This record gives sequence, structure tokens and C-alpha cells, in this order.
Amino acid sequence: MAIEKRVVFRSAWLPWLLIGPQAVVIGVFFFWPAAQAILQSVQQQDAFGTSTEWVGLANFERIFSDPSYLASFRTTAVFSLLVAVGGIAISLVLAIFADRVIRGALAYKTLLIWPYAVAPAVAGVLWLFMFAPSIGVVSYALRRAGFDWNHLLDANDAMALIVMAAVWKQISYNFLFFLAGLNSIPKSLIEAAAIDGARPWRRFWTIIFPLLSPTTFFLLVINIVYAFFDTFGIIDASTEGGPGKDTAVLVYKVYYDGFKALDLGGSAAQSVVLMLIVVTLTVLQFRFVEKKVNY
Amino acid sequence: MVERRPILDFVSHAILLVGVAIVAFPVYLTFVASTHTATEIVQTPMPLLPGDQLVHNYLAALTGSEKGQGSGAPVGRMMWVSLVTALGISLGKIAISLLSAFAIVYFRFPFKQLVFWAIFVTLMLPVEVRIFPTYQVISDLHMLNSYAGLTVPLIASATATFLFRQFFLTVPDELVEAARVDGAGPMRFFKDVLVPLSATSIAALFVIQFIYGWNQYLWPLLVTTNESMYPVVIGIKRMIAGGDATQAWNLVMATAILAMLPPALVVVLMQKWFVKGLVDTEK
Repeated sequence: MAIEKRVVFRSAWLPWLLIGPQAVVIGVFFFWPAAQAILQSVQQQDAFGTSTEWVGLANFERIFSDPSYLASFRTTAVFSLLVAVGGIAISLVLAIFADRVIRGALAYKTLLIWPYAVAPAVAGVLWLFMFAPSIGVVSYALRRAGFDWNHLLDANDAMALIVMAAVWKQISYNFLFFLAGLNSIPKSLIEAAAIDGARPWRRFWTIIFPLLSPTTFFLLVINIVYAFFDTFGIIDASTEGGPGKDTAVLVYKVYYDGFKALDLGGSAAQSVVLMLIVVTLTVLQFRFVEKKVNY
Repeated sequence: MVERRPILDFVSHAILLVGVAIVAFPVYLTFVASTHTATEIVQTPMPLLPGDQLVHNYLAALTGSEKGQGSGAPVGRMMWVSLVTALGISLGKIAISLLSAFAIVYFRFPFKQLVFWAIFVTLMLPVEVRIFPTYQVISDLHMLNSYAGLTVPLIASATATFLFRQFFLTVPDELVEAARVDGAGPMRFFKDVLVPLSATSIAALFVIQFIYGWNQYLWPLLVTTNESMYPVVIGIKRMIAGGDATQAWNLVMATAILAMLPPALVVVLMQKWFVKGLVDTEK
């Protein structure tokens, strides 16, 4: 595939007109705010917003010595790891079996991919409803089984709730990519192994799983990015970062500190840190993953 | 499969059915809850079979005739806002990206590489990392509580442009030459050749972007303070104002089902393009 076309049109003004709309929108709504965020991260506003002063890296020093910010890092790390590993494991199992069956394959596929359409916030509400300590059906069943569930008081229960909601939503996405990955494994390899006497379990571990590793790695990065950024709705709708701050992931803290606590300098500094994390993850994805994944 | 293994086949179907059940269970419960009265839901455990309040609950939710503890905005209005937002974002994004990708692929102009990288960089700036300053921009432009404020900031990300660029690069040069020989200018070529060829990519992108636009949460949360401009996703959250036994859960659940319907329909009816869209946009 050529990077450049051999044949191009010549016009001095048309290309500018064509990229104009996109350029204007990203200038106004991407680059300008990003620059503002960086600027605000090195400034300090007083409580009424009437004066700002340059404070250099003081905001960054402050947030990195703030135990609740560091706790937020830890919360986010735990959350994304659980969501990524849990989501990938469950979807892999489902994809393998969906790849095996012939009858009803389309029905299973349809039934397993539609949760992608559910908004994260709605997913949060659904799971909140099921696990609500007083009226939830599942929490009732758990209490009957002797397990005292209360995500409003217990940090681990709250984390479990958002992990379950996040994984539930992400199953369809991972499932589709694993299916595509499985479809790209040549059947001849599997047949050859079968002829050599390898049973399905052996075939999975020695052939299928290694050949799926680009897809798995790709999904790992995607799931981590998803857990970092797209789960805001789930958390706000279900635990609101609680109890206390126990489920306040980094994104949630940026929102809370900026809009509720009105700490603009700190929130901007956190935004910059998040920007760096996104850049790192995106670069990782493009450099190491794109090369290896084939469909 | 390569050999007959009936037990494994049975296990496969069993596991898949369990998977489908787990995936469907929360939604089933939601649907059941939307068909009961609020008091029936609050008496634990809630009955697991649908009740008889379906029509009443959905009508009440759509018209906002019963107020719960939280916001009681009519869901019909919120669905409309969501629809306009989702369509605005998806169609706007597609239109802008088609034009940009066309310019990048088929023209030579100074600073082209710079423009390309500038668009690429926007991939690394999701809304979540620039929420406060972007909010300030919208506020300064007086775009709060407006359809424009809900849609425009979300229509310029790079994924669509890259998708179309990839696709345009695979279009044979002979088509351009033939168009030129026939005396067609660039826009004519774009309109009559390139866009029809891109129909599948456009459909795929539309599905993904419609879902993305409909399910937006953080951004509408910031730029709308007026109840009549809430998308339905925000409306649901606002309904749960606090405490979990005093809500009109039946209405909240009815609203949730309504909120899930349009994107789910789009996914199921346009499944082929949905899958294509997902796979393509991640490359």
C-alpha cells in the first residue's frame, strides 16, 4: 500500500479549504485546551479566581506528595489490571468455544456483542441496582449465602462492583477481536497437530494461544486505556468514587478536583500527568502492537 | 472441528449459554424491574418475573409525569437530545474526516506532514485529559446547554480521518486518471467516485460513532446544566439522587431500557458494519 499517491490533484487553495473544518475544530477544542491545561498546571489560582501566579512545578510537587493522589494511582492500577485480565480471560474462553460451534454460531455472536451498545453510565446503574445493599437482587442472594455485601461501606466490595460492571461491558469488544484472531489461524496447522495426535487442550496451549499473542497484547493495551478513561461513567453512576475516595481512579479525581473541589492548579497538573500516560500507552500501542497484528 | 468430540461440543454450548446468560442477566433484571411498581421492587427480593406495569411505567418515564427523588425530566425529551447529539457527532465526524482525508491523500501542499501529525496527536488527547480547559472554551463561546456544545468538541478526533486515509490509499490511481481524462475536477471526483466507493467504511464508522455519541457521559455532564438539554444517559444518573430505597426504581429502570434500545438496535441490525468498524478503527 503506497504511502503517497502517484497521481495527485493540483490546487493552491482547495486542500486548505478541505482540511479547514477539522483544523479549526481541533485547534479550538484540542490544542488550545491542552495548552491551557499545561499552563494552568504551573499556575495557582486563588479561591475566587481573581488572580493567578506562576508557581512552577509546585502543583506537581503538591499532588505527588498528596497521599490521596498516590492512593488514586494505586486504585487505578488495581482497577485496570483486574478489568484487563478479567475481561480478556472471560472473552477468550467465550471466543474459543464460539469458534468451535457451528450450529447457532451467529446467534451466540449476536447475543454476546450487543452489550457494547450499553453506555458505561447505564452499565453502572444496572450493576448498582443489582447490588444495592437494601434492594438489590444479587446482594440479597449474597446475604442469604452468608456473605455480607455492602459496597457503600466496604472498599473492596465497591471495587468489585466497578470491576464487574466494567468487565461486563468490555466482554463483547474483546470477544470480537479474539474471534477475528482465531479466524486468522490457519486450519492446516491445527489439523496437522491433530494428525500428530495432539488433543484439543494440548493444541490450544502449543498452537492457538501463542498465535493469539499479538491479539492478546493488543487487547491488553486497549483494555488498560479503557479502564483508565472510558469507565468514568460507570464509576460516577455507581460508587461516585466512594466509599470516601476508595474507588476514585485518576480520571475521576481530575473531574472531582476540578469541578467539585475547584482546585484548578491541582486538577490541571493531574490532567498533564494523565496526558503523559495516554501518550505513553498510545506510543506503545502503535510501535509494538501494530506491527504484529494481522487480521 | 477436526475430530468428533461430543462431550466437548456439549461443554462448548454449555459454556456459551452460561456466557450469554451472564451477559443478559443484568438487562433482564432491569426489564423486570421496569414492569413493576416501585413498592414491589423495594420489597426484597424483587420478583424475578415481569409484572404488569409495563405500559404505565414507560409512559410515565417518557412524559415525566411522576417525579421521583431526583430529576424528573421527561425521558422523551432526553431521548431526542441524545438522538440529535449522536447523529450530529457521527455525521459531522464522517463529513469532516472525509474531506480531510481526501485533502491529505490526494493533494500536495506545504506543511502537509505537519498537518498530518497534528491530527495524529489528537488521538492522544481524549476529552478526559483536558476537561476543564475545554469546558472553559465552551463557556467562553457561550455554547453551554446547546446542541453545538454537546457535539462540536467531539467531532474532530483522528480515528475517522485515519480510517478514510487508509481506505483512500487503496483506491487505484487509474480511477483518478480516468476521471481527469474525462475532465472532472477534484471535487467532482470526490463526490462521484470516492464517496460511493467508501460506502462500507462510512456505514461501519457510522455505527461506532453513533454508539459513541449516544453513550457520551462525561462531556454532557459538564456542559449541560439545564434539564431540557440532558441526554438520556445523564438523565438516568440524575434520577438516582441518593439513598437506594426511596427512588422510583421502576421509572429509573424503564429509562435505562429506553436508553439502551437505540444503540442496541443499531448494533444488532447493522452487525456486519459494526464488526468491520471496530476492527478497522483499531488498526
